[in-house]
Amino acid sequence: MTEPTLTGPTLQLRGVHKAYGDNPVLRGVSLDVDEHEVVALIGPSGCGKSTLLRCIDLLEPIDAGAIILEGEDISWPGYDVNAARRNIGIVFQSFNLFPHRSVLDNITLAPRKVLGHSRDDAETQAMDLLTRFGLADKAAGYPDRLSGGQQQRVAIVRALAMQPRIMLFDEITSALDPELVGEVLGVIRDLKAAGLTMVLATHEMAFAREVATRVAFLDGGEVAELGPPEQVLSEPQQERTRRFLRRVTEAGRL
Amino acid sequence: MSTLSTVLVLGVLLVMILTSPGWPAVKESFFNEFYARDVLPDILKGLRLTIILFVSAEPVILVVGLLLAVVRGLTAPIYTPLRFLAIAYADVVRGIPTILLILLFGFGIPALNLQGLPDSQLFWAWFALVVSYSAYVGEVLRAGLESVHPSQRAAARALGLNQYQSLRYVVVPQAVRRVTPPLLNDFIALQKDTALVAIIGAGIEMTRAAQIYTLDAFNFTPLVVAAFFYVLLTVPLSRWADWMAARQRRRSAAAGGAL
Repeated sequence: MTEPTLTGPTLQLRGVHKAYGDNPVLRGVSLDVDEHEVVALIGPSGCGKSTLLRCIDLLEPIDAGAIILEGEDISWPGYDVNAARRNIGIVFQSFNLFPHRSVLDNITLAPRKVLGHSRDDAETQAMDLLTRFGLADKAAGYPDRLSGGQQQRVAIVRALAMQPRIMLFDEITSALDPELVGEVLGVIRDLKAAGLTMVLATHEMAFAREVATRVAFLDGGEVAELGPPEQVLSEPQQERTRRFLRRVTEAGRL
Repeated sequence: MSTLSTVLVLGVLLVMILTSPGWPAVKESFFNEFYARDVLPDILKGLRLTIILFVSAEPVILVVGLLLAVVRGLTAPIYTPLRFLAIAYADVVRGIPTILLILLFGFGIPALNLQGLPDSQLFWAWFALVVSYSAYVGEVLRAGLESVHPSQRAAARALGLNQYQSLRYVVVPQAVRRVTPPLLNDFIALQKDTALVAIIGAGIEMTRAAQIYTLDAFNFTPLVVAAFFYVLLTVPLSRWADWMAARQRRRSAAAGGAL
């Protein structure tokens, strides 16, 4: 999926600040994501996970700091946001498929209009991706005919069709019925095996432990703890990480 | 059962009307066969202009209305003056009766003898219809645009589509689908309002043709004939609007009301 490129990290966040009015959401987030790495963002609701992902994709302007994609600062005001977004894929909690377009048209729209691919090329590529994720028979259907899990997998395929350098996943299983979570997480496993660089905000601790190369615990708008999953999730150094994990475990028991 | 009761009620009504003491006078003055036959060719000629006015105004109204709706939705500070203009346009134009706009444009502008502008009264009457109806259609489309959830635009922008492409391929198609019934309602109204062109006598459309006859003969049958043809034009549109609305309901029901 990704070609070998320059030596530096794929994504660098440097002191990213973001506030809504007087309410600071991100207070200096710094994080490097290397190529082929999978970084899981965990943390309590409102800790800024979603906002951080939206900021990386330039859907929200940042107040201070820098977002550097493959060595280029994409966050400076003059940068062409459309060009930057072409290299970043994002999948949302609520799928956000286009209800008026078929599954195939959902996937081919951006490659055709943004990358200028012919309809034939775009559809061939889309069908390849749909086949790979077991959705080929849904190509002609409309999103409202699909289950939540299928819709979310289509949303992932739609983002992949742009062949992004990095994929961002914003709690993509939170809106799903429990029995549908597995099929979506399976896709992420596949993508990891294919070497895709990913950042995923998630509530699924077991999954974060399995798939992530590193886990970042976000709290109060900053990275409170960062490290390999076995360290952050099993032997956290910070008291607030321990507190958070204890709450999650207790909720799981109830 | 429902057919029987309908036929029965309508039959009784019809008998009551036809046997009422005033009927012969009404028939003579509103449903006079002689005048109806006499006026028919002119009405049919007028029908042609009515349809031309309506069919040529409608696409322009849609385009202008959509522009107004889109401009009102632009939030960046740089567009603020444009947005205010669009708001002012909708407020002012919707405040003025269409008949006044037709008088103002149809008599007013040709009288100025301005260079480079058409001096046809008919053109300016058409223009007045476009001005008036774009304001209404613009408001309907704006409601449609606002009904599309912001996450749809976010998804489009996230895929790298620019602002224009997001509107063109994602937001506008969904908006138009949602407001099709009220849009068709406005078009039915427009079709009837082509009759207002009669007041400036710019072209012989149906109402004008009927008017001339009526004033000539002191008989109202020509107006009734014109009304009949207007109904003939609008009823299929109304049924079409109903059909579209029903289809819309079926679709959202199929989607579990989630979309």
